[in-house]
Amino acid sequence: MTMDDLDTLYGEIILDHFRNPRNTITVEHHDMWAEGYNPFCGDQVIFSASLDSSARFEKIGCHGQGCAISQASASMMSEILKGKTIDEAKALLQRFRSALRGEVFTEEEEEALGELVALQDVRRFPIRIKCALLAWSTLQDAMDQPMRS
Amino acid sequence: MFNVNGVRADFPVLNRMVHGKALVYLDNAATSQKPRSVIRALSEYYEGYNANIHRAVHTLGQEATEAYEAARCRIGRLINAETPEHLILTRGTTESINLVSHTWAKEHIKPGDEILTTQMEHHSNLVPWQRVCEEQGAVLKFIPLASDGKLDISDLNSLLTERTKLVALTHASNVLGTINPIKEIVAEAHRVNALVLVDGAQSVPHMPVDVSELDCDFLAFSAHKMLGPTGIGALYVRPGVLEKMEPFQRGGDMVREVWLESATWNDLPYRFEAGTPNIADVIAWGAAVDYLQEIGLDNVREHEVAITQYALERFMELGEDVDVFGPRNPAERGGVISFSVPGLHAHDLGTFLDLRGIAVRVGHHCAMPLMRHLGVPATTRASFYLYNTEGEVDILLDGLHEAFRYFRRA
Repeated sequence: MTMDDLDTLYGEIILDHFRNPRNTITVEHHDMWAEGYNPFCGDQVIFSASLDSSARFEKIGCHGQGCAISQASASMMSEILKGKTIDEAKALLQRFRSALRGEVFTEEEEEALGELVALQDVRRFPIRIKCALLAWSTLQDAMDQPMRS
Repeated sequence: MFNVNGVRADFPVLNRMVHGKALVYLDNAATSQKPRSVIRALSEYYEGYNANIHRAVHTLGQEATEAYEAARCRIGRLINAETPEHLILTRGTTESINLVSHTWAKEHIKPGDEILTTQMEHHSNLVPWQRVCEEQGAVLKFIPLASDGKLDISDLNSLLTERTKLVALTHASNVLGTINPIKEIVAEAHRVNALVLVDGAQSVPHMPVDVSELDCDFLAFSAHKMLGPTGIGALYVRPGVLEKMEPFQRGGDMVREVWLESATWNDLPYRFEAGTPNIADVIAWGAAVDYLQEIGLDNVREHEVAITQYALERFMELGEDVDVFGPRNPAERGGVISFSVPGLHAHDLGTFLDLRGIAVRVGHHCAMPLMRHLGVPATTRASFYLYNTEGEVDILLDGLHEAFRYFRRA
């Protein structure tokens, strides 16, 4: 690997989300909440979300602290979830996990990942994969919990 | 002093390239590299006289036993142990500390007793004592940490009470570099009849350590941080204390006579070394001790003080870009520099430096309570040894400058 690989790991999209993270709030009157923590590196993500009347993600908040990869991934997730149903979010989570495992996708599948494709190159830095997944594991925890009524 | 380039030539791994760059190995507090003589000692044993020790009457068994016990003598002499019998060979510092917590502490720590430690301990010298306190109803107390990264021992006299049975602390911090005033603390602890366990994992490899001068009761240390192989270490126990300790693990080699219902214990130190030990690696550790003593631990220390001073000066030029932890005076610290960079996570920095061939440690360094005290999730740590050069410090600093530019680019 060379310094060029660094640019594939820390592409413009990732650095932009890291420097200007989106939706760094805790959603008021949230329907879902979970905290993710990776004790190995001290990375933390606090996820909260509310659903609209048709059970789609309406407001999403992600904040915490950690490396560029974990925080950019959280920021991107907070944007891409908007308007999705829980089943759609689960499918996206699966697809993202597969992407980090190095699975090859069709053009259509890749399109569904949107900006998340920028995180694909993390798979070449195996020790950093858990950084990219932290926000998504937190989302998984939130979806697995009974919904707040 | 010694010729650093001559030393470097003895370490094959220092010639390797990482991502197309010459390796700059600055992770010595995690583990050190090994000289050719240590690697050769391993293959000589396996090729020439591999056999189990202490029991065989055949030639190979005798040669292996002699080499194993000779290594124990050399390791014992290095720390000035009274006799080799007071040096128990273990799997490493962690097992050495656990041995004390499972044997001596089990017998001597009673409900309401106190164990005094510090906030800068490696998990290996904290978690075993948490268990002892929980299971035996004792209380864990802490010598406070001053803002300069040194222990605040101004109140030591009130922290030490007649309930204090053990003081367990590190000689040198693996995060802050701080070298603790062991002699002073031992003297105070002994006044209330508390014993003192010293974690020497970060001191024995880097400076002369003499148990009779420190007057400590236990000293735990590892081979792999001092040019030796992984998976072995030692526990020194003061004469008079060891004799009264119950065995740790039970099985072969630690017994004298065995009946169906009972057994009697072997002599020291074998009573504490159940099962076939890590023979090859202990012999190779002996070679590592020879290597260090040929150079002289005082020379190793002098070299590290010089390189740490140089590195601290160069870190100053980074100004507010970095927070450097630990004492400012190189004479008060080991060759360990931990720092954090506001706005730049240690793991991003670690990946960036790795691609330039620079190996540093990033994370909590098995000292989560200390990280909380410092108020950082993780730090980046550069740690030096006898083969590091000022030129390598320069490469690190260039790397840091570039990392700041890279991650802050518009």
